[in-house]
Amino acid sequence: MIRFDNVHKRYSDGTHAVDGLDFEVEEGTTTVLVGPSGCGKTTTMKLVNRLEEPTDGTVYYDGTDVEALEATELRRRIGYVIQDIGLFDHMTVGENVATVPELKGWDADRTDERVDELLDLMGLPPGEYRERHPSDLSGGQRQRVGVARALAAGPDVMLMDEPFGALDPITREELQDEFIDIQREIDTTILFVTHDINEALKMGDRIAIMRDGKLVQYDTPTALLDEPKTKFVEEFVGPDRTLKRLRVLRVEEVMRPEVPDEYADIVDAFQGNDAVVADGGEIVPVAPTDSAQVALSRCIQAGVEALPVVEDSTVVGVVTESAIRNRQSEGA
Amino acid sequence: MLAAVSFLGELLSFAAENAGRLARLSYEHVAITLWTLAIALPVAVSLGVVISYYERAATVVLWVAGVLMTIPAIAFFGVLVPVLGIGNPPTIAALVAYAQLPVIRNTYIGLTQADDAAIEAGTGLGMTRLERLRRVRLPVALPVVMAGIRNAVVILVGLAAIGAFIGAGGLGDFIFYGISAGDTAMIVVTTVALSALALAFDYAFGVIEQWLRLRNGEEVDRAVLTRTLAAVHARLS
Ligand SMILES: Nc1ncnc2c1ncn2[C@@H]1O[C@H](COP(=O)(O)OP(=O)(O)O)[C@@H](O)[C@H]1O
Ligand SMILES: [Mg+2]
Repeated sequence: MIRFDNVHKRYSDGTHAVDGLDFEVEEGTTTVLVGPSGCGKTTTMKLVNRLEEPTDGTVYYDGTDVEALEATELRRRIGYVIQDIGLFDHMTVGENVATVPELKGWDADRTDERVDELLDLMGLPPGEYRERHPSDLSGGQRQRVGVARALAAGPDVMLMDEPFGALDPITREELQDEFIDIQREIDTTILFVTHDINEALKMGDRIAIMRDGKLVQYDTPTALLDEPKTKFVEEFVGPDRTLKRLRVLRVEEVMRPEVPDEYADIVDAFQGNDAVVADGGEIVPVAPTDSAQVALSRCIQAGVEALPVVEDSTVVGVVTESAIRNRQSEGA
Repeated sequence: MLAAVSFLGELLSFAAENAGRLARLSYEHVAITLWTLAIALPVAVSLGVVISYYERAATVVLWVAGVLMTIPAIAFFGVLVPVLGIGNPPTIAALVAYAQLPVIRNTYIGLTQADDAAIEAGTGLGMTRLERLRRVRLPVALPVVMAGIRNAVVILVGLAAIGAFIGAGGLGDFIFYGISAGDTAMIVVTTVALSALALAFDYAFGVIEQWLRLRNGEEVDRAVLTRTLAAVHARLS
């Protein structure tokens, strides 16, 4: 969807911010660009929507050189969440979200409907928030408005530059989790920038690690954890790789899509009433999108070997502690 | 004490006897002021917008507008009367010149107040330069521009009195007449009317400025009238 072909960006003061970038953001994926501050992530992102022009090489958008596309047209097709949010404080929340639809000339009814739909999606009930000004909102809420504004015209591609960077850790986790759900719903190609490797591992289907304007490794989260290609990547990923692998492993990757007899009682117990006391405590089911870490810790808490996997209030299978263990030892 | 009371009585009786003429002169005065604004504002706001894009022109334009303010009205008339004749036209032309500095300056300052991040977001979302001006920079600047207009209007109301000197009418008529006739009551009453007019304009534009700030989501201490307007607005919408 977005392809970088030997792209260089040298700023007029001589800073070589992007130094020979060669990679492709595949359609439908969330690709995370991660690396230390100043490594050229923001610059890379701006090369996509032409806020910066490459000094060498070519950026392709859906097969076309971006230089050949009209800049404002291109930008209206790409949702953009900038590093400092940049909400229009003089407008209401609703007007902020309506920005791109209005630029595109949608009629008022369609725009209004879309604004309400997005505010709902972002957990900001329109009745309460549409007419408010951004200055009345908390950091997390402002960030949600920024994301809603970028999503408004149903872009093919989203560029998100450290969208949760300025938030406190709890709010950040919350927004990450919500965004993972939203991501499934909207199904667009996302290029996501962060300097936080944990965020990258959590959000990304693919992770591109950058250093000094160069790409040092481009892989899936699991591959990155299993085989860091350089010392730098190994250090950047950090020491507790086993634990991190548990976090990136999703329940759906290790679950059994049926309920074997040996675990029938656990599922029965869960279905009989919602607060069953096992050896240790209550059995809390997991969702297919939960991480193996969540599943494991709930197994341990409840003192059981398996947990029901529940989607839309129905049991769709089980996940067992041993399946998680086996997968872990394969990787290591 | 007695003298003061009798002087006050004199003022009141003058005001009562001449209420009709005072009202007519006030009306002329307001008309001159509004005509001046109608011409001066588009010019000054456009100049403010232009110099916000061309930093180097900014210094020159603001300097020239500053110099205009230092030129005495009489000197303007000396140049303008041979060209425009007497009465309203040369008066309004001179006043237009005086209105430039406060409005250009505030437009220029107001336009630089939009947050850099908001400008970048605007660009990134696909606004053209003109759309950024219309949707982001101007709305943010508007209350500041309005403060400049308010400033200009107060100056204009005072200065417009000079127009009577070349036959433009307005409250200046009574002041000049009072001076030549040595009629203190006439001078005092007219001056009070003039001040009241300036204060009324100041207040009205102050309310508009506050309303613009409120609309932009800024925190303001609301004047009574603004509160009333906000209440009416809330009821209507
Ligand atoms: N407009 C600019 N002019 C000159 N240098 C810049 C500009 N923008 C960024 N840089 C420099 O380019 C490098 C990469 O910056 P950036 O892309 O913002 O990195 P990151 O987003 O990874 O922190 C840094 O050294 C930064 O100082
Ligand atoms: Mg950055």
